[in-house]
Amino acid sequence: MGGETPPTARPRRGSRLYYGLPLVALLLLFVLLLAGLRLDPKLVPSPLIGQPVPTFDLSRLTATDARLTNADLGGGAVLFNVWASWCVSCRIEHPLLQELAATGQATIYGLNYKDERAAALQWLTVHGNPYTASGWDRDGRIGIELGVYGVPETYVVADGIIRYKHVGPLDTAVWETKIKPLLRAGATL
Amino acid sequence: MNCAAMMLAVIIGVGLPFPLAAMPPLEFTDPALQQRYQSLLAELRCLVCQNQSLLDSNADLADDLRIEVHRLLHQGESDDAILEFMTTRYGDFVLYRPPLGANTWLLWATPFLMLAVALGVLWYIVQRHRRRPLDDGGSVSG
Repeated sequence: MGGETPPTARPRRGSRLYYGLPLVALLLLFVLLLAGLRLDPKLVPSPLIGQPVPTFDLSRLTATDARLTNADLGGGAVLFNVWASWCVSCRIEHPLLQELAATGQATIYGLNYKDERAAALQWLTVHGNPYTASGWDRDGRIGIELGVYGVPETYVVADGIIRYKHVGPLDTAVWETKIKPLLRAGATL
Repeated sequence: MNCAAMMLAVIIGVGLPFPLAAMPPLEFTDPALQQRYQSLLAELRCLVCQNQSLLDSNADLADDLRIEVHRLLHQGESDDAILEFMTTRYGDFVLYRPPLGANTWLLWATPFLMLAVALGVLWYIVQRHRRRPLDDGGSVSG
């Protein structure tokens, strides 16, 4: 990085600074821009991290008379996954959710967001149902409470407190590096 | 993606003469409320089409949030309470003018810092020229 001797056509006091400063400024700019490339501008940090899950009381997707409430997410560490039958990228993460649920690596609750009940049930029949239960958020009101802005979204909830939020389809990299450690830590609390 | 598709549809004129027609217009009991509604929406960023305000965006979520703002206004909530409602759910990001805080002071201070740097450079150049005789080679450039 540094250490380059600037061309000294006219050796004067301060000329090292005169030529070196723009170079240093340029390198700093490079570092700044490189860091910027690694950031995802679409990602909105959630203010709900560290906060309790917002209060909700929804009808369960599979049984209209049964309820899914925020209290159901209270025991231990669970995943709360926002999904919809109209959401194309939900299909990308679905096999992973299926695997996590089938192998008992994660307990997953669902928030069926702005969907038709029949379409949602049909979707679960076709693609499989990894959810312990899904709440039916027909008008998206609970989505607003959670700050949902792009489906799918996945929340890590430990003892009723939101610990992490992932926006977009879940993949094995995110699962292994971010979510799994949190679930393990949450389960031993 | 949705926004791009919508824009494209508007540009090539595929049957969407009034993009906002998707949602029925909201009724206001009081023109003053409508005024506040308009100015609040202009302050709030749509989280789906991030370079549009809630006033401009056609995204589905923007519809929902407009309905929410409308509902809160008719419940008699203050402008500040409505902005707080949004920031507790979506963070300062929803505000086009984020509040001055530990993580935003640099954002607010940057214009003044840049001005200070520019004045410093100007002062430096003036000092250098003042120290040199005016007829020094005749050229000041380079």
